[in-house]
Amino acid sequence: MKSTQMKMLLGVVTALAIAVVLAGCPPAKTPQQALPLPPKPTPVAKPAGEPIKIGAVFSVTGRSSPLGDPEKKTALMLEEQVNDQGGVLGRPLEIIIKDDESVPDGAVKGANDLIEQGVVAIIGPSTTPSTMPLKEICQEAGVPLIACAAGKAITDPVASYVFAVPQTNALAVAKCFEYLEKEGIDRVASIYVANPYGEDGQNNIKAIAAEKGIKIVATETFGGDDTDMTTQLTKIKAAKPEALICWGTNPGPALITKQAKTIGLDVPILQSHGVANQKFIELAGEAANGVQLPAGRLIVWEQLPDDDPFKSLLEDFATAYEAKYGTAPNTFAGHAYDAFWIAVNAIETAGEADRAKVRDAIEQTEFMGTAGEFKYSPEDHNGLTLDAFVWVKIVDGAWQLIK
Amino acid sequence: MSLTDQLVQYLVTGVSIGVVYGVVGLGLTIIYNATGIINFAQGEFVMLGGMGAVALVNVGLPLPVAVAVAVAVVTGVGLAVERLAIRPLPATSIMTLIIATIGVSLVLKGGAKLLWGREAVILPPFSGTQPVRIGTAGIDPQRLWVMAVAVLSVIGVQSFFRYTLTGKAMQACAINRAAAQLVGININRMVSLSFALSAVVAALAGVVLTPVTMMRYSQGTTFTLTGFLAAVVGGLGNSLGAVVGGIMLGLLESLAGGFIDPLTGGMVSSGYNKAIALAVALLILWLRPQGLLGRQKKEAL
Repeated sequence: MKSTQMKMLLGVVTALAIAVVLAGCPPAKTPQQALPLPPKPTPVAKPAGEPIKIGAVFSVTGRSSPLGDPEKKTALMLEEQVNDQGGVLGRPLEIIIKDDESVPDGAVKGANDLIEQGVVAIIGPSTTPSTMPLKEICQEAGVPLIACAAGKAITDPVASYVFAVPQTNALAVAKCFEYLEKEGIDRVASIYVANPYGEDGQNNIKAIAAEKGIKIVATETFGGDDTDMTTQLTKIKAAKPEALICWGTNPGPALITKQAKTIGLDVPILQSHGVANQKFIELAGEAANGVQLPAGRLIVWEQLPDDDPFKSLLEDFATAYEAKYGTAPNTFAGHAYDAFWIAVNAIETAGEADRAKVRDAIEQTEFMGTAGEFKYSPEDHNGLTLDAFVWVKIVDGAWQLIK
Repeated sequence: MSLTDQLVQYLVTGVSIGVVYGVVGLGLTIIYNATGIINFAQGEFVMLGGMGAVALVNVGLPLPVAVAVAVAVVTGVGLAVERLAIRPLPATSIMTLIIATIGVSLVLKGGAKLLWGREAVILPPFSGTQPVRIGTAGIDPQRLWVMAVAVLSVIGVQSFFRYTLTGKAMQACAINRAAAQLVGININRMVSLSFALSAVVAALAGVVLTPVTMMRYSQGTTFTLTGFLAAVVGGLGNSLGAVVGGIMLGLLESLAGGFIDPLTGGMVSSGYNKAIALAVALLILWLRPQGLLGRQKKEAL
């Protein structure tokens, strides 16, 4: 008895050990390589004096870490670049990063700490739920906030101290309808995830469809954890649309793409910019081919024509990021890039590290960033236009820029 | 697409999602039959099977080897759960043991998240992606694998309990632990075996399911709940009942999703299809508390 028990225990421990060893294998860690700095024209003066502080609140850990982790990496990389090239206003730049652990409470605590430490502006947070409480806090404290989250409520209604850098659903939907009009499609079906992202997308789809006289023949929803949408797709197929628009983030849209093929729903599938990442292609597999979507330029920068005004800045950013961290920067890294430079440029323009003057300077911003060309104004604190998106098609498992 | 074509597609979909509920219910049945415990970590066994196989494929093992190793490892996890979380507890109250399994499910879920992150993962399909056509309806070929695993599992488990001495001994443990021990049945061994067997069924299901539905660390809870419902509706303790109950729930869900909206003139949205399936399941239990295939329990005083 005793020995059988021992044997069994031994077996279990071995099995667990194997499980841990085999399963563990985390993605290969890339050693921190020395950053190949952009060539320095002349030795620049070392920044001197009291550092200028910019705060950052990102979801570095927790549920939203796929957003916050690249954002943090970007901010640290750019801080180094700025300091190597003379700092801001001749003074060193200090980025203080707070991790909100993907919960709004963490963001509130982080922002309060940052404000107390005397930051000139705050970039982030990564998500809309974390950003909403900060909208009020930063407005009251008079600290400029440049959010990396896309929720409509962040900049609508406008709070004078609160700005945002990601492209909005409204722009993405408008881009999709540009395609539909071009193809002469006037019967579409939509399917969206039952959460604020999907609902905002659907509201925009309804509004723009009505405006353009395009008929929505069927609308279905799915849950974020649902694994079979065949029933909804069957109803959509029965309504005979000429195209399907899906609004959601992984993994739902990948399942929908596959299952539409399975039941023989052979119409063009348009996805939202929320799936403009490699994970979508991986999950949807072969079915991903042919899917079209609006996306920021960052994922296709190599295919941009050489005279594209965005190409060189995207190339510089992407190569520096990849050299330092071993992976290509994703959209979220791009958001941090945009927020960082808008803040730093505004401090330079303001000429001093004064919160109110920096705010005024941000509102005057005209900036070419990863998400597009920003033109902030007192009425528009998102500042992007339809031009922020390019139209992309998945061909042979890779993104292809469609002109 | 005519109404008949739609109906066929709903039936195909209903059965293909229902067998998943059923096969998880089947795993629950095995442990219930041996111990009287409802194992709330059952869904995590399914999730571990799927995610484990993906991790093994990612380190370069060929698919069949990865599948075999994943199932073996989850079986080990099942044994470990029994040995470390169930056996040390005094078997005075079944409720204590059930709560222990809830704890286990949280640990396994957290562990999977730490190891593999929170993103969904996927396995390559076993036999291509070309859909199998039934009239105008279509079904993913991988769904046929899931059905095959479900059918083989039911046959295997039914035969085990009905025709083998070990199977009968296992059932005896649940009926009367003390009496079973008196006639010389090694209770601990039976309980261990039931966890192992249940883990095998769950892990196999998880592996064949991953190519169609993908797998995520958080998916276990849904598996457990739907599986539990399938087992209860089918008649708790009856392994065939679990699968029948599961298929019935799947059909209800898919038909409600397809027809409730037009039938009620848009009053009830098809988004309520799961709630409708659940309501019908409750109605069945109210009319037939022992479940569809369950036998009325006559307990002596």
